Amino acid sequence: MENLVQIAMQNINLPAIMPSLVLTCFGMALLLVNVFTPRGKTTHVAWISMVALVIAAVVSVNGWNNPQFGFAGHVALDNFATFFNITFLIAAGLTILMSDDYLKREGYPVGEYYPIILFTTAGAMWMASGTDLMTIFLGLEVLSISLYILAGFFRGQTRSNEAGLKYFLLGAFSTGFLLYGIALIYGVAGTTNVADIGMYLTSHPAILGNPMTIAGMLLLSTGFLFKIGAAPFHMWTPDVYQGAPTPVTAFMSAGPKAAAFAAFMRVFTLGLGGLQHEWTSLLWVLAVLTMTVGNIIAIYQTNIKRMLAYSSISHAGYALVGMVAANEIGFSGILFYMLAYTFMNLGAFAVLVLAGKKGEENLTLEGFAGFGFKRPFLGVAMAIFLFSLMGIPPTAGFAGKFFIFAGAVKAGYIWLAVLGVLNSAVSLYYYLRVMVYMYFKEPAEDYGWVTMNVSVVVSIVVALAGIFYLGIVPGAVMEMAKQAIF
Amino acid sequence: MDNLLSLMTFFPLLGMLVLLFLPRENDGLLKGLTLVVTLITFFISLPLAFDDVFKTSAGFHYTEFARWINIGDYFQMNYNVGIDGISLWLVLLTTFIMPIAVLSTWHAVEKNVKGFMALLLLLETGMLGAFISLDLFLFYIFWELMLIPMYFLIGIWGGKNRIYAAVKFFIYTAVGSLLMLVAIIFVYYHAVQSGMDINGFSIAEFYRLSIDPALQKWLFLAFAFSFAIKVPMFPLHTWLPDAHTEAPTAGSVILAAILLKMGTYGYVRFAMPLFPDALQLFMPYLASLAVIGIIYGALVAMMQDDVKKLVAYSSVSHLGFVMLGIFALNMQGMAGGMIQMINHGISTGALFLIVGFIYERRHTRQISEFGGLAKQMPIFATIFMIITFSSIGLPGTNGFVGEFLTLMGAFESELRWFAVLATSGVIFAAVYMLWMFQRVMFGELKNPANQNLKDLSGREILLMLPLLVFVFWIGVYPNTFFEKMNPALENLLQQVKGKQQQVAMVEQVDPHRLDLK
Repeated sequence: MENLVQIAMQNINLPAIMPSLVLTCFGMALLLVNVFTPRGKTTHVAWISMVALVIAAVVSVNGWNNPQFGFAGHVALDNFATFFNITFLIAAGLTILMSDDYLKREGYPVGEYYPIILFTTAGAMWMASGTDLMTIFLGLEVLSISLYILAGFFRGQTRSNEAGLKYFLLGAFSTGFLLYGIALIYGVAGTTNVADIGMYLTSHPAILGNPMTIAGMLLLSTGFLFKIGAAPFHMWTPDVYQGAPTPVTAFMSAGPKAAAFAAFMRVFTLGLGGLQHEWTSLLWVLAVLTMTVGNIIAIYQTNIKRMLAYSSISHAGYALVGMVAANEIGFSGILFYMLAYTFMNLGAFAVLVLAGKKGEENLTLEGFAGFGFKRPFLGVAMAIFLFSLMGIPPTAGFAGKFFIFAGAVKAGYIWLAVLGVLNSAVSLYYYLRVMVYMYFKEPAEDYGWVTMNVSVVVSIVVALAGIFYLGIVPGAVMEMAKQAIF
Repeated sequence: MDNLLSLMTFFPLLGMLVLLFLPRENDGLLKGLTLVVTLITFFISLPLAFDDVFKTSAGFHYTEFARWINIGDYFQMNYNVGIDGISLWLVLLTTFIMPIAVLSTWHAVEKNVKGFMALLLLLETGMLGAFISLDLFLFYIFWELMLIPMYFLIGIWGGKNRIYAAVKFFIYTAVGSLLMLVAIIFVYYHAVQSGMDINGFSIAEFYRLSIDPALQKWLFLAFAFSFAIKVPMFPLHTWLPDAHTEAPTAGSVILAAILLKMGTYGYVRFAMPLFPDALQLFMPYLASLAVIGIIYGALVAMMQDDVKKLVAYSSVSHLGFVMLGIFALNMQGMAGGMIQMINHGISTGALFLIVGFIYERRHTRQISEFGGLAKQMPIFATIFMIITFSSIGLPGTNGFVGEFLTLMGAFESELRWFAVLATSGVIFAAVYMLWMFQRVMFGELKNPANQNLKDLSGREILLMLPLLVFVFWIGVYPNTFFEKMNPALENLLQQVKGKQQQVAMVEQVDPHRLDLK
């Protein structure tokens, strides 16, 4: 008996899950803290969660070039996971910074919000470091359930309720697909361990053509593509993004998406590498579809939050281009792009958080008329975020797109790259339109309600710094993204 | 000085950062600082004009090199800058025009001066950077960077239809450059895969690349499309009249004088030497488009009743001459095209300033509103006349040298018949410019609103004077400019022709092609 415990403990290797462990413990503790604090006081909870994120970041960095494997090969804290962990933590940190003031303004100063963000981040981490389909599934569930709560967090608002419910129903459905895919793959390979699946498929090439393998691959990709928000599984995004509280939308568009990409990459390269030809042809079509659908519908939006939701679909499409390329440059391009996208999209949402009135009915194009003149700092910041989303140098968005398209060109997918840049050209129109309203229209109001809340401004400044750092001297991070690939 | 080019390029950016910390109410200080910054930039660049090294050596000088992004076998980009005889005068034109453009805004811009000046300085950094980049990736960064300030200059300080013009300008130019980006990446990996020991996106190394002609076709199209939008060549010119007409005076001046040259420069520096076989293949089409541009631009200009629109369309025509001269692929044509770029910068820049002068006084640009101004404004009339002559290409002015050489070059090349057709453009130019001049300046001073117009102020004369000096300098003694660009141009021609001949050896020999010494 003692022996068994010893063996089990040896296999556990806590450092492998330390980052998510920190977040979970802090989350649990904060739930208790909330019980003992008077209603409406949440600022200290926000700051404690920031501390949790910082500690998690420190522990996570520990795994860089020092891979930790734990739980008998179910999780790994390798460079890949570390890179993604940092992305999630940045996303969560920026989200928390912009949340406190916002929640109070909207009348929901509920402390449980922050622990749930921490749980979401922990779930995302398990997805990135899961080396077994079951771990990835667990991570996905933790992530999703927390997000359902967050999306419907504004209990009294119909739109928020709708967002939560819609996300829950569709999300549960897509998880079913994923689980079914896992079952089929298990049926084929006799294991749920990603690396073992890969080895089994390589040593039994005949089984690659088996309909069950193909079906398993398709079902798995459905599950991941749903979370990524790729077309044709994108239907939930606009309503959910528009209805959810703005900081949650910001978080959802960056963190969970990156997590889904992480799991997608690990499973499909290590596990289903043998089917690469099949899944690249599938993703080629879906990447084009995703970019195009997102961009074309975004053109017609007048609500900026909804516009950013559709644009986030198209950004998922750009990242999928890296999957199609399926070479080192493409994969590390995705890692870099997800980090870049975290900065630019969360920055843009942080501006929306400040610009919104209670209820956020004014976050339309007209509502931004002359905003740039009345609020010069926020205007310039928003313009920079939008230029980055467009992919104009010298911003992170450009460096990211360059990285991904370089991968596609090197792999020979010239037409895919051409379609990608043409899609960027389409996106120029709707991003520029925001600037047209901000700068080229006469101000209709004086935007007196916009307060420069310190922590939100900090998140904007951090996002700006990230954008310029990744845009002007991207070398160091690109090098890390290179080393993070298996 | 080792870092002269970097200092010159980034000094305006530094000025912009300082400017951002100044109080926004103090317009005089903001304008003064911008003027000082652009003047200092000009003086930093001045030693380049007196350097005799360009007379003898065709290579790149004042080069600077620094590693920038180096991701091993993924890709490498370097901060790699330098100039040769081709970019030399364009760089100097930029630093020379900027103080004039700033001075022209003294009374024209009242709204949000701080933003305007900051964007002008950012624009200058972008333009200079694009001209001095020797790394294609770096070039692309600066090329795109120029779009942002121009977009806001048109959109915020422009005329009635400014939003449409600004968005159109941005989207047109960006679409072209995005396709070029894919081509740039492709050329890079092509070089890597062909086993070349390549150091970043260095164009000097890309020049040595021999690319399969079938592939060149596509790559050339991507580059040529992007540059053709910028030039602009017919039928991609439609953004230009809108942008020019709506932009504030300083914006139009910079757009005409420098930004359009980015397109022609792009052909000379990148599209032609990199893909010489494709150039030969597309030559008839490109030359046709250039000639159509010349004639079409002139005819449309003739029909305009808005002075600024007229000048804008005349740009389409003038740039057609530049393109024709460059495509002639001989020394006369090339040198003519290069000098015509400078000429167009000076003459059309000056014309936009002139339009600005009368617009500031009358707030209209309709030709029918004017007439007989010559009596009321004698100094203005003299200057306007000189610039008109320069734009038409009267002997003794700069325009003559440029147009004569481009046409001669084209005539002596395989583009003979194109040159014949293009000559009609010179006549049309005389028609539309002189007709406009006559309607605005001569005749009776009928319109009562024009009775009290003031002649040019000291500031306005001051900013026209340097332009006038160059009108005559280039017109009388263009050799100052030619002697420094010739070695680089000869080198370029060898580059293009040498590569073409490797292929042409097998094909039939074209009897029309003139041999170069």
